[in-house]
Amino acid sequence: MNVQVTINGEKLSADVEPRLLLVHLIREVFRLTGTHIGCDTTHCGACTVLLDGRPVKSCTMFAVQAHNREIQTVEGLEQNGALHPLQEGFIAEHGLQCGYCTPGMLMTSKAFLDKHPSPSEDDIRWAISGNLCRCTGYVNIVKAVQHAAAKLRAAVPAGGAR
Amino acid sequence: MTTPKTTPEVGGMGHSIKRKEDPRFIRGKGTYVDDVVLPGMLYLDIVRSPHAHAKIVKIDTAKATAVPGVLAVITGADLAKYNLHWMPTLMSDTQMVLPVEKVMYQAQEVAAVLATTRYAAADGAAAVDVEYEPLPAVVSPQKALEPGAPVLRTDKKDKKDNHIWHWEWGDRAATDRAFAEAEVTVKEQIYIPRIHVASIETCGCVAHFDKVNDKLTVWMTTQAPHAIRTVFALVAGHVGLAEHKIRIISPDIGGGFGGKVPVYPGYVIAVAASVLTGKPVKWIEDRMENLQADSFARDYHITAELAAKKDGTLTALRIKTLADHGYTDAAANPSKFPAGLFHVCTGSYDLKAAHVEVDGAYTNKPPGGIAYRCSFRVTEAVHTIERMVDIMAHQLGQDPADFRKKNFIKPEQFPYKSALGWEYDSGNYAGALDKAMQMIGYAELKREQAEKRKRGELMGIGISSFTEIVGAGPSKHFDILGLKMFDSCEIRVHPTGKAIARFGTKSQGQGHETTYAQILAEELGIPAADIQVEEGDTDTAPYGLGTYASRSTPVAGAAAAIASRKILDKARKIAAHLLEAAPEDLVYEPGKFSVKGAPNRSKTIQDCAFAAYTNHPQGMEAGLEAVSYYDPPNLTYPFGSYICVVDIDKGTGEVKVRRFVAIDDCGNIINPMIVQGQVHGGLTMGLAPALLEEISYDEHGNVQGGSFIDYLLPTAMETPKWETGHTITPSPHHPIGAKGIGESATVGAPAAIANAVVDALWHLGVRHVDIPITPPKVWKLLRENGVTE
Repeated sequence: MNVQVTINGEKLSADVEPRLLLVHLIREVFRLTGTHIGCDTTHCGACTVLLDGRPVKSCTMFAVQAHNREIQTVEGLEQNGALHPLQEGFIAEHGLQCGYCTPGMLMTSKAFLDKHPSPSEDDIRWAISGNLCRCTGYVNIVKAVQHAAAKLRAAVPAGGAR
Repeated sequence: MTTPKTTPEVGGMGHSIKRKEDPRFIRGKGTYVDDVVLPGMLYLDIVRSPHAHAKIVKIDTAKATAVPGVLAVITGADLAKYNLHWMPTLMSDTQMVLPVEKVMYQAQEVAAVLATTRYAAADGAAAVDVEYEPLPAVVSPQKALEPGAPVLRTDKKDKKDNHIWHWEWGDRAATDRAFAEAEVTVKEQIYIPRIHVASIETCGCVAHFDKVNDKLTVWMTTQAPHAIRTVFALVAGHVGLAEHKIRIISPDIGGGFGGKVPVYPGYVIAVAASVLTGKPVKWIEDRMENLQADSFARDYHITAELAAKKDGTLTALRIKTLADHGYTDAAANPSKFPAGLFHVCTGSYDLKAAHVEVDGAYTNKPPGGIAYRCSFRVTEAVHTIERMVDIMAHQLGQDPADFRKKNFIKPEQFPYKSALGWEYDSGNYAGALDKAMQMIGYAELKREQAEKRKRGELMGIGISSFTEIVGAGPSKHFDILGLKMFDSCEIRVHPTGKAIARFGTKSQGQGHETTYAQILAEELGIPAADIQVEEGDTDTAPYGLGTYASRSTPVAGAAAAIASRKILDKARKIAAHLLEAAPEDLVYEPGKFSVKGAPNRSKTIQDCAFAAYTNHPQGMEAGLEAVSYYDPPNLTYPFGSYICVVDIDKGTGEVKVRRFVAIDDCGNIINPMIVQGQVHGGLTMGLAPALLEEISYDEHGNVQGGSFIDYLLPTAMETPKWETGHTITPSPHHPIGAKGIGESATVGAPAAIANAVVDALWHLGVRHVDIPITPPKVWKLLRENGVTE
């Protein structure tokens, strides 16, 4: 089957088996290997990408379900050589260690902050609870998201929407 | 924190410099094994046993080989032609690569399918038809050792039972005497269950045998690439794989925690498939394979006894343990220590007598006995002593903090020779406990608890004052398969004063690229930003035993300092030449030599590096390089005190960790930010087995906890907001006074949580609860002890 998607703003298409998983389309067909696989059962979130702005676990979706839709992956976060505030936050707050869960954490956090610019710590913990990290103990990931939230708020005029 | 010796620009020890690894990881530009794709690469998938114990009657591959894209099905019989169907374990036992006669655990590898795509390989694996004749499964290690139990290792000619080994340590007679004379004794059965490290990246490899050059390259999820290369050469030497023709590359690793030390059958089958086909072969296990078949940790059935005087002075410890090893002893312990360093079980206490026995048993379960983010059974040791000390304190009606302080090894007793023979390098245990008590407000919490108890509310305060033993190890006692447990660093300083340093270890998230550069920066005065750190490629890095058991900083970190000092010795001679002074007349501060009494006559390390290639003294070799293979004179003994506060829901049995304060002492600190991150992660991997994780088996040997559906890793919701701090007691024998920090928290945390839960329930009559302390377990305990809502 032919599947057409926009990934990080670029229109791409491929002929795929109907059963091909979205994560394999992204990783193996389009060679965007920042999206990782950790469990195959939707539990760990290492494969999280944004589908039309909403976080999905790409290990449990078929590629064809993304047909004519827009996908954002970790590779699309950096814009014109500038890191996304979340990427800056993860570095500044030591929000990553082995880096394997990080792309999924970043994408989940991005979708969350897009809708919740001033989250509480509990809100953030709830938002990332579908993404497992074995290294950091989450404390610094929460701080990294708070770091990004503050930076994003500062960049948006009062009352402005993103 | 002491003031750093170097400027932030140089970024030596004590600076929280940002990690060199992060720019690639936050962009999704790391290279993990599954990211490696080679032209013409084939995929391997593995057929696994549904039975825990069964005879293989027939393997029918016809349907599988008919699947489009499937090239071959590899069975034990195929490997037997090359005598590769069995391989040695790291403990000199034997392990099947693929079975010929019978399977010994559920999820064991039975056959492998080689195909042109990942999906075709999976289709092929599903189409392999295996006929089994089930055999009775031996699941419990107690039953395995009973007379008349089915003998599992029928491959071993003279084996008449399921007993692997007996090991004991300490003075039995003195210990028995101390118990006979004891005024108070306590005894407890403690089970430390089977768990799995479950790094978020599973295991896998890409094996590429280049038939033209006879060279095998394997990209592999391994924490110990050099040892793996040697093992491959020893195991497959007879089929032509010589060590200089094997290159192991350990790329970015998505978490290791001990699970990526062993050689799993999948690696070996992939290598064999590549050698046979001459094509690259990728094998990546899925999560269920990872949890069900890869090496487990722990599974110790412990009977512990502690003796004391009435005044609370501890006198003796006696431990008997049954170790469930699965069907083979595939632990990753130093050769001399089949139970690892379990005999550090006297912990932080000045016990005059101790004796410990461990018996290993075969069962129909996957092999292992590896670490779960800890140094060779140290968590088992710490959990036992910290639980027992707490039980004794409660039994005597003494405050657990006071009780610990009374029995701690005192600062002036270091170096301290323990009853079980270890020489503790340094410590100030009361210092760490006092700091933790102050930080958490211990006295106030005790008051709160007393009030709540009056109201019938269940609140507990638990302490764990642990001592670790890491940095294996001195070559006199420590080897794995005969390979001495040194580690290495090789430094090359380039003409323009930048440097590359290569190591025998391999980071899996610990941040070695950053911290090793900081050690060099500290010693050489070359900015950490100017130092490139490389690990994990056996063709380029010096030989070392790898990263596990918190050995990187204690061993390879020491090698970094020693190699740096060799560089400085030569740089000093070059500086003397440039300054026309005698080497001994120069004064060194990081990055600069100056003439004694004439500080403005000086040369920088960069000046010396340039001269080493452009203007070196006659009679001296050009270049500025050094290598160190560091053989540690002793292990290091990090320690800490943790205090945990729990609230227990009487209705549901849920244990809620309200606060958790962790004071760690890992000696001198290289990067405070990274140390804190290691403690956060370690604490979370301490919380996990304390409250959530267990892999168990039913009576037929069916695994329970074999996927993330029922093997529960802590999420951000269960994980408390850790409160951390430190004291600093440098290691006297380590060149930079460091001790290692990666695993302390995983070792120390479970006991603090368990002690807090028992503290909340002691007045009801509860004396012990095995981890994981799940809501059903607590609910049952409450009901048994008369608590309703």
